[in-house]
Amino acid sequence: MFTKLKSLLYNNEVRAIVFQALAVVVIAYFAYQAFDNMMLNIEQRGIRSGFGFLNDEAGFAVNDNFFLEYSPASTNLQAFYVGIVNTLIVAITGIFFASVIGLIVGIARLSSNYLVRKMATVYIEIFRNIPILLQILFWYSIALKVLPSARNSMSFMDSVFLNSRGLYLPKPIMGTDFYFVLASLVIGIVAYVFIRKRSNKKHDETGINTNTIPHFLGLVLLLPIVVYFSFGAQLEYPALKGFNFRGGIDLSIEFFALAFSLSIYTATYIAEAIRSGVESVDVGQKEAAAALGLKNSRAMRLVILPQALRVAIPPIINQYLNLTKNSSLAAAVGYTELVTIFSGTVLNVVGQAIEIIMLTMLVYLTISLVISLILNIFNKKMQIKGG
Amino acid sequence: MNQLLKLSAASILAISAYGVQASVFHSNTLEDVQSKGSLTCGVSTGTPGFSSPDSSGHWSGVDVDVCRAVAAATLGDSNKVKFVPLTAKERFVALSSGEIDMLSRNTTWTHTRDTSLGLTFAGVNYYDGQGFMVKKSLGVNDVSELDGASFCIQAGTTTELNLADYFRSNKMSFKAVTYDTSAQTKAGFEAGRCDALTSDVSQLAGLRSTLKDPSSAVVLGNVISKEPLGPVVRKDDNKWLNIVRWSLNAMIEAEELGITSATIDDASTSPGVQRLQGKSGKLNESLGLSKDWSRNIIAQVGNYGESFERNIGMSTPIQLPRGVNQLWIKGGILYAPAFR
Repeated sequence: MFTKLKSLLYNNEVRAIVFQALAVVVIAYFAYQAFDNMMLNIEQRGIRSGFGFLNDEAGFAVNDNFFLEYSPASTNLQAFYVGIVNTLIVAITGIFFASVIGLIVGIARLSSNYLVRKMATVYIEIFRNIPILLQILFWYSIALKVLPSARNSMSFMDSVFLNSRGLYLPKPIMGTDFYFVLASLVIGIVAYVFIRKRSNKKHDETGINTNTIPHFLGLVLLLPIVVYFSFGAQLEYPALKGFNFRGGIDLSIEFFALAFSLSIYTATYIAEAIRSGVESVDVGQKEAAAALGLKNSRAMRLVILPQALRVAIPPIINQYLNLTKNSSLAAAVGYTELVTIFSGTVLNVVGQAIEIIMLTMLVYLTISLVISLILNIFNKKMQIKGG
Repeated sequence: MNQLLKLSAASILAISAYGVQASVFHSNTLEDVQSKGSLTCGVSTGTPGFSSPDSSGHWSGVDVDVCRAVAAATLGDSNKVKFVPLTAKERFVALSSGEIDMLSRNTTWTHTRDTSLGLTFAGVNYYDGQGFMVKKSLGVNDVSELDGASFCIQAGTTTELNLADYFRSNKMSFKAVTYDTSAQTKAGFEAGRCDALTSDVSQLAGLRSTLKDPSSAVVLGNVISKEPLGPVVRKDDNKWLNIVRWSLNAMIEAEELGITSATIDDASTSPGVQRLQGKSGKLNESLGLSKDWSRNIIAQVGNYGESFERNIGMSTPIQLPRGVNQLWIKGGILYAPAFR
């Protein structure tokens, strides 16, 4: 009996399982103790706990609010939603422009033109090596200094205004006709997808290429606009009343400073990812494309980039996640995103640090996981199939 | 075998030790402070006149003086204070987690803070209110003319709520740009990002004096809120609450009795003065302090008026008038409960 037990003890597999189980128990116990201790302290000190505060009146104003209903009479929960939407908007804007700039600069870095190549290198080396917080503060103070005051705004056709407080655009007034516009947009997209599929099929069968860009412009852009104006469209124009512009769409200068800094900072990393991707493609591919008579730009678009992206996507995913997390530096310039609104103002008013910080972390975790999920799916699609 | 045994024994020991340790709960701050030999006091990261360090790291200000008074009462030495600079967001967590023994950081006494954070306000050392600074070029003389204006605010203050309340109740619209620090708030105002800067009146004068061109801005006469600022302690320690509360009261009482740091040790026949000097009465016993606790406060820190004039009075760059922070017998609302 004893020898049997002993042999079990000296069995590597059994040992491994025992140690791992022990480790799990210890970690779980520590976590439980920490949580229990926290709850005990909260109770003994009479600190309010739980999520009841979410239904309390927020009582403060939010500067940037794109489409949600919000006023100081709204609840903390609504303020939380405004924060999430603002974080998403600045992250999506940043990701879009960072990708575009990154792609262009990454390719420019490999250009055969000396000036273009060097300029791309200088751009990358400068902006990649300065901390993002400093860049945000720098561009913000530049914007404040360079742009005119509200009363001396730059204006374009008396409907778009730019000053040191933000950009003011005319806003379409959403009536019932808005649904017709939406419907026409959907119809346009469906029709375009159909046309595109047919032209692809034609290309596969006959090798004749059809340019579908005019179709795209006509169906997806022009059609909704035509429908919109044929229903007697009305625009709400921003106008200077008193101290500020009122009406229209108002994009704050803080939003621009943050989105701009995040874009040009993250673009440097994306450019490097693109470059390493392009360099990983065998030279023979480029030569073969040239031998087939493809122009440089077409060779890049049809042969090199699809292969380069396979290598470039994983590091680019990381950069998208970094950009999203870096958007929390907005507190420095006063763009009202999640951290500023919720972990800042609401936390100060309510004082329940544990709940509020936990909710904030949960949001960032969710956003990050969703971004990486989407891009992982995209990554799988880009990989060589059956390989 | 041996190793496994040792490891499990060690982990069980560690867990049980951790479990016991974790539930120990501090509720005797006085004992802690006296055994440490110093008071850990949470202050601001730098508010001139209230709590700010000089170039050699020496802290001064009316909030700092409250910390020093408590140190003088409990340790007999007003210099035995460890100052912990805290931002507005950090302050309450630092106090409730026990990182600091008390908080004296221009903190507004509000209902929510007093009742739901596990904290208690020990008194008021400065009665403040929220005011406005505007660009002179706007030609504005009153807040009611600021309908639709943009305001620069510092985050983590009651200012954001007061502003929203005021404009809602007067049915006016406004835009608020909220910055993280007071330096950024000032920079935003100077650069014209907003029409007005709003903050506690006590800070506006100081901020205005640091503008590149102070004459380009004016502080409006309006005060839209009550901001009683005072020291805060944890709710679970009544004895400590009493010590902080009565240390502050001793400073106010001393001014009312006309005794200063220079005259505290002068012989007096007044029973009130004698009680403050620790020569009669037993005011120290229920606080658990030595007989000379209040004498030490006045001798080392001074009375309330001395502290006020030294830090924020008309002879300092801050130049705040006493206003409501005058003694009740001189037309203000400063009033210490009876010392007996």
